[in-house]
Amino acid sequence: MRASCFRVIQRNLACLGVGVLALVPGVALAQGAAGPPAGAPPEGQTVEVSTVRAELDRLKQEFELLRLDYGLRLAELERRLAALGGGPLVVPAPPAPSAATPATVPEPPADEPVPTPPAPQAAQARNSAFNPDTSVVANFLGAAGHNPLSDAPSFQLTEAELSFRSVVDPYARADVYLAASPEGIEIEEGFLTFTSLPGNWLVKMGKMRAQFGKVNTLHTHAMPTADRPLVTENLVGGEEGISDSGVSVSRLLPNSLLFLEATGEVFAGSSTVFETDRRSRLNYVGRLRGYRDLTEGSNIDVGGSVAWGPTGGGEDLNRRLIGVDATFRYRPLRRAIYQRFQARTELIWSRQDLPAAPPARAFGFYALAEYQFARRWYIGSRVDRSQRALDAASRDSGGSLFLSFWPSEFSQLRGQYRLTRYAEGRRAHEILFQLSFGIGAHGAHVF
Amino acid sequence: MYSGADVMHRLKGVLMRNRVVLVLGTAAVMAAAMPRAPLAAGAATINIVATTEDLASLAREVGGDKVTVDAIAKGYQDPHFVEAKPSFILKFSRADLLLVVGRELELGWLPSLINNSRNGKIQVGASGYLDASANVKILEIPTGQITRAMGDVHPSGNPHYWLDPANGRIMAADIRDRLTQLDRANQAYYAQRYDDFDKRLAAAERRWDALMAPHHAAKIVTYHRSWPNFADRFRLDVIGYVEPKPGVPPSPSHTLDLIEEMKHLDVKVIIIEPYFDSKTPNQIAGQTGAEVLTLAPSVGGQPGTDDYIKLFDYNVKLVADTLTRAGK
Repeated sequence: MRASCFRVIQRNLACLGVGVLALVPGVALAQGAAGPPAGAPPEGQTVEVSTVRAELDRLKQEFELLRLDYGLRLAELERRLAALGGGPLVVPAPPAPSAATPATVPEPPADEPVPTPPAPQAAQARNSAFNPDTSVVANFLGAAGHNPLSDAPSFQLTEAELSFRSVVDPYARADVYLAASPEGIEIEEGFLTFTSLPGNWLVKMGKMRAQFGKVNTLHTHAMPTADRPLVTENLVGGEEGISDSGVSVSRLLPNSLLFLEATGEVFAGSSTVFETDRRSRLNYVGRLRGYRDLTEGSNIDVGGSVAWGPTGGGEDLNRRLIGVDATFRYRPLRRAIYQRFQARTELIWSRQDLPAAPPARAFGFYALAEYQFARRWYIGSRVDRSQRALDAASRDSGGSLFLSFWPSEFSQLRGQYRLTRYAEGRRAHEILFQLSFGIGAHGAHVF
Repeated sequence: MYSGADVMHRLKGVLMRNRVVLVLGTAAVMAAAMPRAPLAAGAATINIVATTEDLASLAREVGGDKVTVDAIAKGYQDPHFVEAKPSFILKFSRADLLLVVGRELELGWLPSLINNSRNGKIQVGASGYLDASANVKILEIPTGQITRAMGDVHPSGNPHYWLDPANGRIMAADIRDRLTQLDRANQAYYAQRYDDFDKRLAAAERRWDALMAPHHAAKIVTYHRSWPNFADRFRLDVIGYVEPKPGVPPSPSHTLDLIEEMKHLDVKVIIIEPYFDSKTPNQIAGQTGAEVLTLAPSVGGQPGTDDYIKLFDYNVKLVADTLTRAGK
């Protein structure tokens, strides 16, 4: 099948070549005249040249015949048009759109500019019309102060995230995020979303951040702080979190009281939190989220999440995480660009099987409040407390104060003072500095 | 015979092994048990969601009692910075027709609402998605290279085009055509409603033109570049902006330059939107003797601007009265 296709294409290419030759005999001849052989050509070549010339002459004659034929036909057509009363041959103007010509419109001013035609770059724009929305978001982190348990350097470009987003076809869209960091480049997320399924279903397939609580779903640059809370570091895999390849299915549960969304996800079990040793042992995540507007400017958002799956190391050991999160937001609509308040807490319980011992249980939470007090300024604080996943007796705690400045929507500077009291009795006082910026297509605002 | 503990142990084993089935089963039960989404509830009417109150008002004019209309952004809210709240996702999930302003106005929030709507009817390119900017007159389409050093520029032109009633008429006609396409049975109804709106708008335009006629080419300053279509339609001359660049808050040096320019050209009107801080405009007014007018940038932006025609009634009267007082 494919071979025959190629043959057809080849045959047609040959025809095309002949056609082009026939159409440009002048050029071919001119080239021949312009490049006479420098010396006497060998015998064989002379014969070939004369054959080619004869062939050319024949094609030239055919072309002349064609030209005459078309000339006659064109003249005939013009004569018929004239007979119909059409006058000289003029391309008719396209009809004005009926929508734009209402029954009663006041006279437009004489100097009214005509809608601008597409710019000369339009052709180029058409070519790139299907390119995905592309952007790069970089995150630069500085740290000062003494922390014996942190290996963060004084300055580091921790991540440059490349993202590509586009509609794939009438049924789906794709989002791909590549994260380049000092450790290398990796697929942070890359998934297809089926947007047009019946019955309020939404299905995602690919690699993605699991819908476990709030912090786990956020990319680093979208966090309100320069770091992630202690509970995330201790119990939910830190920076990477639960991010894995799998399928996510969610559904709206319509009712008259509130927005209710149920999500169920299945992952391969290859994240920093879950680790599988065989295909049949997978990581499952479930989430129920409720949301309700309190007034036009305030709302409450609550959720419960559960994640369970293998911890690796054989022996069918499992890990289970349960999370509860609540967010209150206030943003008066008339002053939406100047003032905003958000309070959020997440509580997480972890239970991890241990070989030949009772399961290790741990609990942790954070509470965060953030207030926008001017168009470009935010201030906030966070309280942290968390046991360690495998050692409930070890409890870390801490607190942070942070101040963020947004020169524009596309860059932000943040300073954060962080105090951490480690279970070992050590204290760390640190100043964190963060700069993040985005270039390229405008992404969606985080809600 | 199995002991109770044995049975429990085996049951646990079965459950552990079959979690995939369990998850899918639960999902299926959930789907079956839930009442159908109220998509078909109002089958008699077309459920329209509009991103702004202006589009909603035009849809009501044309659709009458054959449609139900919901707007997302309030008229007194900056339409660039709307939050993609889940309560909006619910509205999107039930919509038969989505009306958008387009020209990147809703870029920060509309895509995530559409993506999460789970509604194939209103996806970009579907018959239930209408970009109202398709046939209107768009101003300030950048011609050269654009960068974000120029502030919040819109690559496909200024999106505040609804502030020219001629564009409103075109938008209404587009809505009429789309409603007709979705609901052939009521073609004559939509056509008649549109013709009626067209006549009322034309009469109102003559009224507004008469009010504005004495103020031809009057010079004004606006806060943001929200008013080029309004100024173009009513022959006002915008000589400067309170913002140094679109979306960039006022800076002291730019404010001083603007004050000098306004004094030099004797500008007596500063137009702002209800969602901007009036501190800097008031300072400028104090220095130049100009008056600060808080106009309604959209339907519902000020009390008494409940529909598209009243929006212009309010704005035109306020501008004309102020210019008359200032002798301009």
